[in-house]
Amino acid sequence: MQKRPTSVAIMLATVFCGGLLGTRPAEAFMAYVSNEKDNTITVVDTASGTVVKTLPVGQRPRGITISHDGKFIYLCASDDDTIEVIDTETLQIVDTLPSGPDPELFVLSPDGKTLYVANEDDNLVTVIDIESRDVLAEIPVGVEPEGMGISPDGKTMVNTSETTNMAHFIDTDSHEITHNVLVDSRPRFAEFKPDGSEVWVSAEIGGTVSVIDNASREVKHKITFEIAGLRSEAIQPVGVRITADGKKAYVALGPANRVAVVDTATYKVEKYVLVGQRVWQLAFTPDQKTIISTNGVSNDITFIDVASDEPVQSVTVGAMPWGVVVSPK
Amino acid sequence: MFFCEHMGCVVAVYVFLFVSVFLAVLPLGEANAQASSEPGTPGLERPKPEVSDVRLGYIRAYAPQLALSVLDVPPRDEGVAGATVAISDNNTTGRFLGQKFSLDVVEVKPDSDVLAVLDAMAGKGISTILADLSAGQLLALADAAKAKGIIVFNVGATDDRLREEDCRANVFHTAPTRSMLADGLAQYLIWKQWRRWALIYGSHERDRLFADALRRAAERFGGEIVAEKEFADTGTARRTDSGVVQIQRQMPVFTQGLAEHDVLLVADESEVFGTYVPFRTWQPRPVAGTAGLMPSAWHPASEQWGGTQIQNRFLKATGRRMLSKDMSAWTAARIIGEAATRTRSADPKEIAGFIRSEDFSIAAFKGQKLTFRQWNWQLRQLVFIGDGRSVVSTSPQEGFLHQFSELDTLGIDRPETKCVLK
Repeated sequence: MQKRPTSVAIMLATVFCGGLLGTRPAEAFMAYVSNEKDNTITVVDTASGTVVKTLPVGQRPRGITISHDGKFIYLCASDDDTIEVIDTETLQIVDTLPSGPDPELFVLSPDGKTLYVANEDDNLVTVIDIESRDVLAEIPVGVEPEGMGISPDGKTMVNTSETTNMAHFIDTDSHEITHNVLVDSRPRFAEFKPDGSEVWVSAEIGGTVSVIDNASREVKHKITFEIAGLRSEAIQPVGVRITADGKKAYVALGPANRVAVVDTATYKVEKYVLVGQRVWQLAFTPDQKTIISTNGVSNDITFIDVASDEPVQSVTVGAMPWGVVVSPK
Repeated sequence: MFFCEHMGCVVAVYVFLFVSVFLAVLPLGEANAQASSEPGTPGLERPKPEVSDVRLGYIRAYAPQLALSVLDVPPRDEGVAGATVAISDNNTTGRFLGQKFSLDVVEVKPDSDVLAVLDAMAGKGISTILADLSAGQLLALADAAKAKGIIVFNVGATDDRLREEDCRANVFHTAPTRSMLADGLAQYLIWKQWRRWALIYGSHERDRLFADALRRAAERFGGEIVAEKEFADTGTARRTDSGVVQIQRQMPVFTQGLAEHDVLLVADESEVFGTYVPFRTWQPRPVAGTAGLMPSAWHPASEQWGGTQIQNRFLKATGRRMLSKDMSAWTAARIIGEAATRTRSADPKEIAGFIRSEDFSIAAFKGQKLTFRQWNWQLRQLVFIGDGRSVVSTSPQEGFLHQFSELDTLGIDRPETKCVLK
């Protein structure tokens, strides 16, 4: 049963691209991977592709992000109903934030002061002031909130609700919903384009990415995916990341074991990059040369070279890697 | 866990034949319409939409049921609780679109007349009925409902005939069939390379129907039934003060002399002997079917594919774990919610039309979108394979291929169907 058709491909790709193109990330950054199943974070040196440390954290770690100065990691410890704050110097848990029950995913405001948390079990988005640790608001949203995106100007937050199948646009001043945009089934992630003009929302069961115009708040395009030899049911978009120049988007396709590369001008899929099994979340290195995918079922992460869109290397991490974030330093 | 009708339907023909239908309306009748708190005003930049009502009915054949193990006695609100949670989910979504969902629950005696209930529901403007009824009751309901433009969701009956020779154009089935369940189990046993099966089955009709489904599955997937034996129901109390002393001695004798087999299959939907089989067999063999390793539409311990979320929500709302019939009812009520959301309409015709369209699908914590078989309105779905504690696997198993949908490896497929929708 433990067939791993992809690992051979990746090894080949590793030898090939690593040797041929020399596309290993040159600068050293630290990537932090949350491992949902074994309650750890794996710290990976992105230059050498080696595991530096594995640290025990709270139960069922999922959503993970980092402060803009790179000093603190914020981690959703879902089954502990808390957000853990980890010092990146000492790699110790130094604090917890009041997250509300079952935090899964969150987004940090552009000014780094506010954390917006999706509470899956309570149909709420919780707004937390990081410094004072106060809960500023609890915003009722649709059933099973998950995806969280924030506009570059910090004025608009988008939450997706997985059973209601909507993207809720929330005004970050009033903490009120201004628009509800219907998307396809089980929307899991919301990502603003760097210029703030569009929000991309993935739908895991629907198998699409809806591109929502941020001015009209209407779906302007729906991206679909097709992979030869794979049934459409196996294509389940989750994580979405768009390059800083706004030109390319990467979409993790879950059990399709691939990351789609999409041209943001034409919305056409340019390439499907074979990674590990059940790929969910993505993160760029700060130099934008590499994007890292978390492959839950194969317990590894894959480095993809952004210039060539080739998989460069896979690194074994903990059990069922869920999220990943890379230190800005 | 999916064999939930137990004794009621078969036994209770006697006194209640012509007795009035309205037995009880559960306190959960009108599900809470509006979500509890609403500080924000959704849809600020649009005029507040007018609230439109989507009313669902739920008719349930109910009589107290016994089980060999007291742990298997179905909860009082089995099925209904799933629909109630879905109505609450629908209303959370409906808040944003000005749609309000409600549920009217009516209980009837097993095998009693349901037409008066139908008339009453139609009079209240209900256009969709969730039915947890026997096959006979369901057909009577469906035929009378047709003239009223009412669609029916079968959330309880696993009878294949309701999707085959007795299929109806206005009945959607969210409950799986016996053949889907048997196929799911058979695929797992074949994957395990446990190919030789001995089959013991009960003497009631539904036991025989499930035994038939297992025989069909054996032929389909390459299992071999090497021995068969009927366990006749000679009338036995489900519990006695003397406990297990006799059973411990009887069951080895009953299973003695079966030809060499890998797995002992049990077909006892009627709860007469099945629970007594595991660990008491003549030969040390695993047991599967209605006891031991069981196929089901849902498992109370499933946490895969976001399942944790519905499990938590259900537990919080009801104080118990979610069972198969709860999931079938949840899915039916969610299908209506989804169609109302997508069409932005409370019009029954538009809702039904949308559900019938080729591209309709629903997410129900089963790892992929679920769609209807267009030829008989059976919801495609995977089957959980589990014991009383945990999920062992889910079928279809790897390698059972299909030219259209792997989910169609479960149950009677299009080329074999006897259904002509009318």
